[in-house]
Amino acid sequence: MSEILVLVEHVEGQVKKVTLELLTLARKLGAPSAVWTGAGYSPEAAAKLAEYGAEKIYVADSAEVSDYVVAPKAELLAHLVAEKSPSAVLVAATAEAKEIAGRLAIKIDSGVLTDVVGIEDGLVAAQSIFGGGVNVSSRVTKGTPIIAVRPNSTPVEAAAGAGTEEQVSFTVSEAAKSARIVERVKQEKGARPELTEAAIVVSGGRGVGSADKFSIIEELADSLGAAVGASRAATDAGWYPHQFQVGQTGKTVSPQLYIAAGISGAIQHRAGMQTAKTIVAINKDPEAPIFELADFGVVGDLHEVVPQLTQEVTKRK
Amino acid sequence: MNIVVCVKQVPDTATERKLRSDDKTLDRDAADGVINELCEYAVEEALRLKEAHGGEVTVLTMGPDKASDTIRKALAMGADKAVHLVDDALHGSDALGTSHALAQALKKISFDLVVLGSESTDARTGVLAAMLAERLGVPQLTFANQVQIDKDAISIQRVTDYGYDRVEASLPAVVSVVEKINEPRYPSFKGIMAAKKKPVEKLGVAEAEIDASQVGLVGSWSEVVDFAAAPPRAAGTVVKDEGDGGVKAADFLASKKFV
Repeated sequence: MSEILVLVEHVEGQVKKVTLELLTLARKLGAPSAVWTGAGYSPEAAAKLAEYGAEKIYVADSAEVSDYVVAPKAELLAHLVAEKSPSAVLVAATAEAKEIAGRLAIKIDSGVLTDVVGIEDGLVAAQSIFGGGVNVSSRVTKGTPIIAVRPNSTPVEAAAGAGTEEQVSFTVSEAAKSARIVERVKQEKGARPELTEAAIVVSGGRGVGSADKFSIIEELADSLGAAVGASRAATDAGWYPHQFQVGQTGKTVSPQLYIAAGISGAIQHRAGMQTAKTIVAINKDPEAPIFELADFGVVGDLHEVVPQLTQEVTKRK
Repeated sequence: MNIVVCVKQVPDTATERKLRSDDKTLDRDAADGVINELCEYAVEEALRLKEAHGGEVTVLTMGPDKASDTIRKALAMGADKAVHLVDDALHGSDALGTSHALAQALKKISFDLVVLGSESTDARTGVLAAMLAERLGVPQLTFANQVQIDKDAISIQRVTDYGYDRVEASLPAVVSVVEKINEPRYPSFKGIMAAKKKPVEKLGVAEAEIDASQVGLVGSWSEVVDFAAAPPRAAGTVVKDEGDGGVKAADFLASKKFV
């Protein structure tokens, strides 16, 4: 069966959920080969990749591959494409992996599709564009298709693969070492799931009113095991860090459940969340456009409704 | 320092955005064209770097004739001059084709630094800056929320999911910016008037030495097979909070097995 390369996303050796989604998807298209880059490879990580269908695991775990911005990983994938002739390369549609895909496309003279939400036979990819307003199917017409798949678009399913490990002998070129990462600063708060990966996202907007009051959004999120997001109004006001912004100039999320509290639902916000499966809105303005999207809406003061919801969720668990 | 800032005209998000039924490309006539929001931050950052380090800011855009409005906006903010890549042969270029065209133009314009917005609001691929770095063979410093330059040395804070990476490189380089990097200025009346007299050079495919087989719909590495408007979401239930709104919301979540 034809080989499908899957670029593994991991945080310090912990395989991210999106990689399991990509492996699940790749199994329908061919034989998945996981590509590990950077430090942190372990027997546990290998077992996880095999559990979700990796037939092979290509390991390039020298720190050098991740000490420089993007270019070494693109170079590594180009090397593997030349050596293995896969029928496609799948990466997660994260900011960095899309950049890797872009540079790889030039190196191997192949087309690239980004923010894909599904792949059908013949490697025809489904994309949701204009903030979810238009569904597009597209395909690569030159070279080895490189497809960046949005997190949360494929339900994860385990199905064991052989997981045969192969060390990749590969040296990063000097040209790929031009932008060096000299420090990684971690600002993440607590143990919440990552925004784009989370099955549930609870977001707060202008209606939250202050940075302090974001604690009620966080408490609801924690009761549901959710990530916290924010509208641009909230991040512009400095109430919540910018990297949690959901919307056109921030993150695009596609969770199972999206709870919008105090968010009016301007088009710029909707562009980042309207492909969520289920949407719940809490807003005191009954005319707020967010209610047009909501499967369930509560017209009321979020400062009353959200804490009560948190209490109920906690009670019913 | 020669700074080139790449800007893009995009359809206004607030209007209905469509694909054309004939060639399945973005319908640029259906919606008002505006400067891509993140490009305004790129222009602002370019101007601030010029103010701190001297030099010149050149605006580079690729797009149809009406994209000249976007050029004027960047010139009105304070950029010195512009290059407009305009040619029917460029219509329908994908990110690979666009990066080829822009890279060729950049080779014509001498640059120490190229600045872009990290993403456009229409295509949202977020790959163009990385592709330019690849094609030009210069360091990629993307998703910056802070840029510092000291002679030939440049460092940025690259925004990540966990915070940021501090990245160092030497000029020339390609930088893309995120929105929290600065607060773009509004063009002054004087700036708007001055913009009308600033030079705008128009380049076609031949003048910019662009390989015509790599751009436009014919040169594209991918194709749209089909498209359709997404089905509208079914109307949901909206209740008024009578002191039990949270309970009702919890009932709904329970009915959907979220709790």
